Amino acid sequence: MSIQEFLIPLLATAITAGTPILYAAIGELITERAGIINLGVEGIMLVGAVSGFMAAIATGSPWMGLLASMLAGGAVALIHAFLTITLRANQVVSGLSLTIFGTGLSGYLGKSYIGIPVAKPFDIMPLGPLAKIPIIGPIFFQHDILVYISYGLVIVLWYYMYRTRPGLNLRALGENPAAMDALGINVFLLRYIYVVVGGMFGGVGGAYLSLAYAPSWLENMTAGRGWIAVALVIFALWNPLRALLGSYLFGGIDALGFRLQVLNVQISPFFLKMLPYLFTVLVLVVVVARHKGRLSTPGALGLPYDREER
Amino acid sequence: MLLESWFCTEILEENGIKEEESLGMRLKHKWTVLVTLLVSLLLIISGCGTKTAETKSQQPEASKEKIKVAFVYVGPVGDAGWSASHDEGRKYMVEKMPNVETSIVESVPEGADAERVITQLAEKGNKIIFTTSFGYMDPTINVAKKFPDVVFMHCSGYKTADNVGTYFGRMYQPRYLTGIVAGKQTKTNLIGYVAAFPTPEVVRGINAFTLGVRSVNPEAKVKVVWTNTWYDPVAEKDAGKSLLAAGADVLAQHQDTPGPMQAAQDAGKFGVGYDSDMSKMAPKAVLTSAVWNWGPFYVKTVKAVQDKTWKNDQYWGPMSDGIVDVSSFGPMVSEDTKKLVAESKAKILAKQWDVFTGPIKNQAGEVKVPAGQVMPDKDMLQFNWFVQGVDGTIPKS
Repeated sequence: MSIQEFLIPLLATAITAGTPILYAAIGELITERAGIINLGVEGIMLVGAVSGFMAAIATGSPWMGLLASMLAGGAVALIHAFLTITLRANQVVSGLSLTIFGTGLSGYLGKSYIGIPVAKPFDIMPLGPLAKIPIIGPIFFQHDILVYISYGLVIVLWYYMYRTRPGLNLRALGENPAAMDALGINVFLLRYIYVVVGGMFGGVGGAYLSLAYAPSWLENMTAGRGWIAVALVIFALWNPLRALLGSYLFGGIDALGFRLQVLNVQISPFFLKMLPYLFTVLVLVVVVARHKGRLSTPGALGLPYDREER
Repeated sequence: MLLESWFCTEILEENGIKEEESLGMRLKHKWTVLVTLLVSLLLIISGCGTKTAETKSQQPEASKEKIKVAFVYVGPVGDAGWSASHDEGRKYMVEKMPNVETSIVESVPEGADAERVITQLAEKGNKIIFTTSFGYMDPTINVAKKFPDVVFMHCSGYKTADNVGTYFGRMYQPRYLTGIVAGKQTKTNLIGYVAAFPTPEVVRGINAFTLGVRSVNPEAKVKVVWTNTWYDPVAEKDAGKSLLAAGADVLAQHQDTPGPMQAAQDAGKFGVGYDSDMSKMAPKAVLTSAVWNWGPFYVKTVKAVQDKTWKNDQYWGPMSDGIVDVSSFGPMVSEDTKKLVAESKAKILAKQWDVFTGPIKNQAGEVKVPAGQVMPDKDMLQFNWFVQGVDGTIPKS
């Protein structure tokens, strides 16, 4: 097996395996940039996966499934928004209970959908002439449409965050909500919007598993990918471009482990499973050391905003 | 937050603002905390409730009184695999026995949590409790000491007590038969095997499968990839893909999701399912599946307890008891192959021959089981080496 034969399928798999994590991480990134930690990603992904699957079966269209997964993910995130923004509840507790809730709810809803094939999943569609470019084509442009959308999404989000005024507002929302409030910007409304939008992307991450990757519904099919997405946001230092690289890196670790085994190279699988978290810790250490203790963590992340406590 | 509002109140008072206002503020804080707690609690309760599946039959003329039977599952019943196969068995029993009331608890982690769940089930008046995962072994034994009147049945373990029996099936027999199907189907002479953990059960399955493959195709090899998870659809599919990329054209699995079968179908290749008939998940790929069929055993066990003939046996059921089997064949399986499987199956069912009958060589070519000898159960339960034809290693733990 030549290097090319080994690397090209490995990198292509890293992208497909990384895409659900990427969508969920983008959702969490937006949420955290607005100053809210949502640890319910795992639950949101599961609810998104099951509702997307159910809608795709009912309507026969994967796009309707995608829409349903966004609505469902947004709805679960709305609970989190209500608890943490309006009631100013502890964000960690609320997020954790949402994960448990989402796991149970998705299992309950999906009972009768187990083992049913979906008539029209998101199929692999090579992207025209781009797919024919040697090396680059097979790695990046021979996937399903949701992968291509995620490329665009990351670029658009980066531009939005760093080059537009609403994007600046989003970043400021997580840094200093009081200052935003003083400027006459509705902190509560904006935070609601970003938490719900973040939930929608989490839902898409789940739907990617049930409508494109698997494509089928199985209980608890995310198997911890929501948590990897949370770690990934820290790894990416709240930057969408780094989140893209990170999700392919994290997604590729499993694929790499299996391919090494096929070549009879033995690496402890426990070591490989540890790597995403180890990388995250390493990035934190390096960044903290280089910037003398200053991470790019949104300053008001995790703190409830209360006008009366200014 | 409360503390700060206290602080706030004092400053306000110093400034001469009426206290009633700040009192109202404090009350508002308390109210928000309360609502938050309530909503979180609701979420948690609705997320992880115990489900009780009761039989509908309410015949007053029923001769025997209703017996309560409980099941503890390690995964969700919707895993389309291991726990689902046990739940199918439970449903079968409910259908056959109108006097049984069953309850289930799913996704119970192995360890301390299991002990709590099993204790609760015993306290609720269940007379028979089936604990269906290896890791429930010690919790089951511990709880059984406290409830001598309750019968406990632990699946796949080796510890018994006066009121604890064990049960399992000789899955290696159908594994061998599915190996024959895979060996006949392969064109590249490379068969991939996606395996969960290197336990004796899994190693035994791989060995039996490989012996089956090589009985019809001595050139073929079985390549093993470990996933270190019983349940992860994405990782299992990835593992399958990596084997296909290495040239395998048939995939077998010791995993609880159909991920490897779907990988095979996507690539236009074939697969051998496990746990339950996986052909509905990947109809174009699945040649056959090695399946569990717990129902008749559950019926027999509950009847034995009712008739007071139950004993604390270590039951390891052969294919002739129907507890394990091969599912029906896909349309791509040739008549010739079906005939070969039927011949071997007949020999196993008639107990004329079993899978691990010598000569059996290990990967280095040394004879481990001499010709004419049958491997004793004790050795089979401790399998820690691969037979000739397996391409892979058993990681040291």
